[in-house]
Amino acid sequence: METKRQYEVVFIVDPAMEDDEVTRLTDTLKQIATDQGGTVTKTESLGRRPLAYEILHKTEGNFVLLEIEGSGREIAELERRMRVNDRIIRYITVRVDEDRRRAEKFRAKRARKAEKKPGSQSAASRAAAPAEFAAAEETKDAA
Amino acid sequence: MTTNYEDRDRGRRFNGDEDFDRGRSQGRGGRRMRRRRICRFCIEKVDIIDFKDARFLQNYIPERGKILPRRISGNCAIHQRMLAEAIKRARNIALLPYTTD
Repeated sequence: METKRQYEVVFIVDPAMEDDEVTRLTDTLKQIATDQGGTVTKTESLGRRPLAYEILHKTEGNFVLLEIEGSGREIAELERRMRVNDRIIRYITVRVDEDRRRAEKFRAKRARKAEKKPGSQSAASRAAAPAEFAAAEETKDAA
Repeated sequence: MTTNYEDRDRGRRFNGDEDFDRGRSQGRGGRRMRRRRICRFCIEKVDIIDFKDARFLQNYIPERGKILPRRISGNCAIHQRMLAEAIKRARNIALLPYTTD
């Protein structure tokens, strides 16, 4: 079976909208995603930020981030609804599971490498330190 | 509003960085100065470049809003690709400008 896909959805809401309205809108979108068989793993308001360029004569926007896990069907529906909604001035969906898996692989590889070279850094320097101390002591004595 | 992306202090600004311009400046003999190529992402072991972190990505777009080329920043190919992708995504949701005039 295919594995679940993970998506990050960021959308920008009209800054004229009140905060509680935005939460309500976010909740309806989450509901849509869950109805289509997805799970919302994270909801985060990124707050009101200035837009780098004007969109629909607006210079500011309210950013909301959703993280959704699912088959991809809920994303299609979600995007369709966001396109229709004129309070949402921009949205972007990014598939993140592949990148995260890749990052995990890199991290594992690094961990393995660090293990294979036992203490090229840490253990060796720790072992060297006392020796140096001893050497320093000796020279002091000699002086 | 738990994470404030603005406050994340990652990466130093390249503009005004001393190493930054050195590769371009001419030596006295008219020969180009050699500059060590170091990928900052490799050193800091970055695996994912977040497109939502506009403050950080700002480091890699000079005044015109273009993506800082690899020959200037010294990034490795893998990380430059990740960075370029992140910048393009950030532009799409108006976190970064497409152009600045």
